[in-house]
Amino acid sequence: MDTAEVRQKVLDIIADVALDDDLSDLDDSVALREQLDLDSMDFLDIVMELKKRHKIEVPQEDYPQLASMQSCVDYLTPKFNQ
Amino acid sequence: MEKYDAIIIGAGMSGMAAAIRLAMFDKKVIVLERHYELGGLNSFYKRGKRNLDVGLHALTNFAPKKTPGKPLTKLLKQLRLPYETFKINEQKGSQIVFPDHTLNFNNEIEFFISEIEKEFPDQVEGFRQLLHKIENYNETALDNEYLPAKEVVRHFITNESLLEMIFCPLLIYGSAWENDMDFSQFVIMFKSIFLEGFCRSEGGVRTIISSLKERMDAVGAELQMKTGVKEIISKDNHVVGVLTEKDEEIHAPLILSCTGFPETLKLTGLEEKLPRTGAMSFTETILFLKEKPVDLGQDSSIIFYNNRPHYQYQKSESYYDHESAVLCFSNNFNTDDYDEGIARVTFIANYDQWKKLERKEYVAKKKDVLQDSIAILKNHLPKWDGQFEFKDVFSPTTITRYTSRFGGAVYGSPDKTRDGRTPIDGLVIMGTDQGFLGIIGSILSGISMANYHGLQS
Repeated sequence: MDTAEVRQKVLDIIADVALDDDLSDLDDSVALREQLDLDSMDFLDIVMELKKRHKIEVPQEDYPQLASMQSCVDYLTPKFNQ
Repeated sequence: MEKYDAIIIGAGMSGMAAAIRLAMFDKKVIVLERHYELGGLNSFYKRGKRNLDVGLHALTNFAPKKTPGKPLTKLLKQLRLPYETFKINEQKGSQIVFPDHTLNFNNEIEFFISEIEKEFPDQVEGFRQLLHKIENYNETALDNEYLPAKEVVRHFITNESLLEMIFCPLLIYGSAWENDMDFSQFVIMFKSIFLEGFCRSEGGVRTIISSLKERMDAVGAELQMKTGVKEIISKDNHVVGVLTEKDEEIHAPLILSCTGFPETLKLTGLEEKLPRTGAMSFTETILFLKEKPVDLGQDSSIIFYNNRPHYQYQKSESYYDHESAVLCFSNNFNTDDYDEGIARVTFIANYDQWKKLERKEYVAKKKDVLQDSIAILKNHLPKWDGQFEFKDVFSPTTITRYTSRFGGAVYGSPDKTRDGRTPIDGLVIMGTDQGFLGIIGSILSGISMANYHGLQS
């Protein structure tokens, strides 16, 4: 799976978690929390959705890796391809 | 025998919300509801062709779409419901009416401050400081200490009349304590009523209940109606499951209950050291009028009325107390979806007195409630002739019959369990007795207890 596909998978999850947010202008290098209405409860949802949909486990110490879209893609691409 | 990841006792607001959260993440969940309708303390019924709502008069915690971090937007997001689902309309405005002062308020705090400025000019500075404290207080921290709120607020508000007027709506819309409340609870209620404010779902509580039910179905949470729980089974201080009134045994390592703290512990067989039964219960009169309240001279959504020099929020000595009341005009929200005018009148009542009444006396007493409700309404509907199309009155014993709450205590026990824990591992309390109140509070309670006890661990 290439990075564009991984980005789309992550975007699909965020679109479901942050239902009322507009994702079209998302800046991949800026923290998601600064652009969207996401709190720690919502990040937990993203982690749980990764597990539910793609069987990807994100241990708690790696949560900071999910801060921006770019860091999500960097961190998750190898996991999607395992 | 059926095995589940979690059993939920009661399809109240918190029970349905918890079921959605758990089932969303593939937990096998079943909700057991004793009644034949959903909603628990906030429910509905039909009489003749009319739809009636019971429970809180309005939704609290109004927040416009996309307001970050507010209870309403947070809960919709956690349940994955679009903002439009609850069809929310703001109030037109409400009033606190005391013998010597009237304060109007709406969902803009600056308007309330201007009202205080008019009636209590020397208290405005203190009120602003109180506001600052409230805005910066973390009222939902699970480890907050219990503090009597009036003591804290007296540091800021030195006029007792104003203090009582501020407390009146907050107490009667959610306090299980008499005459005071816990400071965290005060902050929750203050934010939800004065800072965020009143609103109403078009279609009433049914709109909320049916959207929760639809979501439960979509994520695969099971529901069994007319299934009361007779016993909570535990072994070595850990829950095992429940025995239903149909003598069916269902097992799960986690039980989330929204039937109340003392009510739930009683089901475990515990007889001693039960949390206290709440003292606060109410009567309510619902009247359908030919004309809309606004045509009868009333455009307020909710009126908090008190006729005493000092407001009393305590179990009434007699059957009910008509020296204070809450009047709700459900038509007076931004969208009015009723064909008729609606007026609801709530009095503080005494469960024990009502419980003792024989059938005939009971019917007569309900007539008294109706007459006193009409008398107060006439003062607030200047052009009303006292005629109505339809009426219904319910009492503290009605509340117990439909919600299984001891003592008709709609705000539950004065003993709350903030983190939901009980003396038995795996048995969790949510809803009113976890300390979050109202419709929005209960839904949030179900979400946070499901997250904390069911998903994070």
